[in-house]
Amino acid sequence: MDHSLLGQAVVYLAAAMIIVPLASRLGLGSVLGYLLGGVVIGPHLLNLVGQADDVMHFAELGVVMMLFLVGLELEPSRLWRLRGPIFGLGGLQLLGTGAVLLPIGLLLGLPWQQALAMGLILAMSSTAIALQTLSEKGLMGSDAGQKSFSVLLFQDVAVIPMLALFPLLATLPGSAGDGHGDSFLDQIGALEHTLLVLAAIAVVISAGRFLVRPMMRAVARTGLRELFTAAALFIVLGVTLLMTAVGLSPALGTFLAGVVLANSEYHHELESDVEPFKGLLLGLFFLAVGASIDFPAVAAQPVLVASLVLGVSLIKALVLLGLGLAFRARRDQAVLFAVALCQVGEFAFVLLSFARGSGVLAPEVATVGVAVTALSMALSPVSFVLVERLVLPRLLGPASAPREADAIDEHNEVIVAGYGRFGQVAARFLSANGHAATLLDVDSDQIDVVARFGGKVFFGDASRLDLLSAAGAGHAKILAVAVDDPVKVKEIVHLARVHFPHLAILARARGRGEAYELVEHEVEGVYRETFDSALRAGVDALRLLGTPAAMAWRAARIFARHDEESIQVLAEHRGDQARLVHGSRERTLMLEAALRADRGIEPGEPEQAWDSEGLRRLARGDGD
Amino acid sequence: MTPPPRRRLHHPPRDARGAVLVLLAHPDLRRSRANRRMAQALADIDGVTVHNLYEAWPDLDIDVPREQALLSNHQALVWRHPLYWYSTPAILKQWQDLVLELGWAYGPGGEALRGKPFLQGITTGGGEAAYQVDGFHQLTIGQLLAPITRMAGLCGMQALEPFVLYGTHRLDEPSLDRAALAWRTRILALRDSLTG
Ligand SMILES: Cc1cc2nc3c(=O)[nH]c(=O)nc-3n(C[C@H](O)[C@H](O)[C@H](O)COP(=O)(O)O)c2cc1C
Repeated sequence: MDHSLLGQAVVYLAAAMIIVPLASRLGLGSVLGYLLGGVVIGPHLLNLVGQADDVMHFAELGVVMMLFLVGLELEPSRLWRLRGPIFGLGGLQLLGTGAVLLPIGLLLGLPWQQALAMGLILAMSSTAIALQTLSEKGLMGSDAGQKSFSVLLFQDVAVIPMLALFPLLATLPGSAGDGHGDSFLDQIGALEHTLLVLAAIAVVISAGRFLVRPMMRAVARTGLRELFTAAALFIVLGVTLLMTAVGLSPALGTFLAGVVLANSEYHHELESDVEPFKGLLLGLFFLAVGASIDFPAVAAQPVLVASLVLGVSLIKALVLLGLGLAFRARRDQAVLFAVALCQVGEFAFVLLSFARGSGVLAPEVATVGVAVTALSMALSPVSFVLVERLVLPRLLGPASAPREADAIDEHNEVIVAGYGRFGQVAARFLSANGHAATLLDVDSDQIDVVARFGGKVFFGDASRLDLLSAAGAGHAKILAVAVDDPVKVKEIVHLARVHFPHLAILARARGRGEAYELVEHEVEGVYRETFDSALRAGVDALRLLGTPAAMAWRAARIFARHDEESIQVLAEHRGDQARLVHGSRERTLMLEAALRADRGIEPGEPEQAWDSEGLRRLARGDGD
Repeated sequence: MTPPPRRRLHHPPRDARGAVLVLLAHPDLRRSRANRRMAQALADIDGVTVHNLYEAWPDLDIDVPREQALLSNHQALVWRHPLYWYSTPAILKQWQDLVLELGWAYGPGGEALRGKPFLQGITTGGGEAAYQVDGFHQLTIGQLLAPITRMAGLCGMQALEPFVLYGTHRLDEPSLDRAALAWRTRILALRDSLTG
């Protein structure tokens, strides 16, 4: 087999392309798809890849990027808001599950260090599977959904100290390639090393604070998209390099960098630039994990593996159930919460390979761990369906299915794309009425000006799908497209209609022509940017000419209604100049008639009719 | 040459104060015969502020604090309006609903209008004979105005006998002018009863 870089790349990509779609079609999810793909190309089936370890080393960058993104998502303010459930519920879940699993590990003959590490690793749940399942069932807003989210968030954060502390549990010689045992670091003392580590962390934090902004701004001014990607990768790889050099976990460093940048206006940009690389490299990571499963070792002890899978899932579920009830969930919600998180998650793969590499877990133990994790993930959708069909109906009675609810407020309900003259007014009005909006703009100078007044606008081009979804389009209710470039407006509207059909779209139109086009997209609202102020000037002109204000106002409303209607009606002729002209003449005549009627200029003035004699005659039925 | 006075688009002066506040409610004064004269007859009286509600809030979006300040700055309240559908034009209803706040105009602490005289000046299309119990409309003006008399009562205002001009369409110009003069006299008497 061709073991060149190119050959390997083709094998891995092919495995991903063939097996992952199959797995998602079967409802197994992409993580399991990658794992299966790895198994297929691995040494025990097709044997198409050489040393999976080399690939693993490269693919670990995917994990590093994942933690960068986790850090980016962790706005300190949000963490603070959810601190109760995150640290209370999440902390108890992790420690509680670990505490129950530890003695089991000891019983199975593991030394305490390995039993502890294994217990904590297996306590991790799968964010990918749990969130996917919950949001597919519309349960994210439910109590179970909220609790699951908090626990997963805690686990995300807990990975960091675990990565930092695992080396302390090491009892075995680690495998090569983790930056440990570096000759330079061996030469310096413990104190110097600590200082060096602290200095590196300080560098990451202050660079995130003071260097990244000017750098991104300079990049933004060039207007070159690919430079953004380069800058994002530069940040991640730079931090990785620095951390490796001082013997710290790169994942820890990038996580930190992510947190520092979470509040920056380039948050969404960075997120959408790193996301695809993370996806791909993480996929590669799972492939490599799959390929490195030691099947003979697993096959040699089928009873052990099977009972571990069932036992671990059951123990996790029971701990979760107890915690759910203790945190005052209804019984059905506690059951959902338990089954949603009872599988072992993808973080376990990361931690297992790290623990193995740093000499905490013996390779044969880690292999069993990988097998248990993979199998429990595979079982997860099945157990969810079983619980949903068999257990919940008993708890709820036949009729009441789990209630649809609002999504979690991790993003705002309104996204305003374009924070210029138009978007500002709309967003300020909303915020004055208690609805914060997620604001996006592509003008970094403008963003700086707003920031000086204490506002926060994210830098980003809303005509990019990844950016829209990073801004929360999947959960938001309304997208206000307030960009001034009509071409961009159309692009964004089109994109949102196709990919987020649930969004109500309010679109800015430069003039009539643009309005016609937007009407065809069936957006909820089209607003010609100057129409309302022009009409108000018209009203004041009428008043200065002597028309009573109330009459001028009504005339303006009639005019506006009529004009908006005519845009709806004429939109279909928009290509056909002749019909357009004819149609709008017709509409003008109708408008004039409508205005005349409202002013009471038509025959039969209403006031006169109130003359008692007139009414009496009408009542008698003899008219005039 | 002095420049012509600037026309104002926005009413009324925020700090207007005086003895009598006249709220004028007519949506289209261009076409008015009776109420326009009635309002003009008060134009030059010291201590009387005529406040054209439809001109100030043409979309019925009334600025409540501003209206309340005007009321506090005057000692008596007058409504001047045509009878529309046996009641007031819509803006006066909106004015009641928004401006007469609980704890301000009525209810606990609602003392702002207490003791102020209240006078209603009305014009009707129907003749006086029609507004009798045995007449065409079957109710007297006094009966029709019961909700407004109650409004005045609840706010502790002292409701005066309304000034009604019946059958406006049958009145010729001189009769309308005479009615406007009578209205002016009535308002002058009200003003003088306050400052005296
Ligand atoms: C919408 C509307 C409703 C009216 N309702 C009545 C009514 O209920 N009773 C009545 O006598 N006249 C009614 N009229 C006639 C007006 O009261 C009459 O035209 C007005 O008092 C004349 O005053 P002006 O010249 O200042 O407009 C109504 C007129 C309009 C336009």
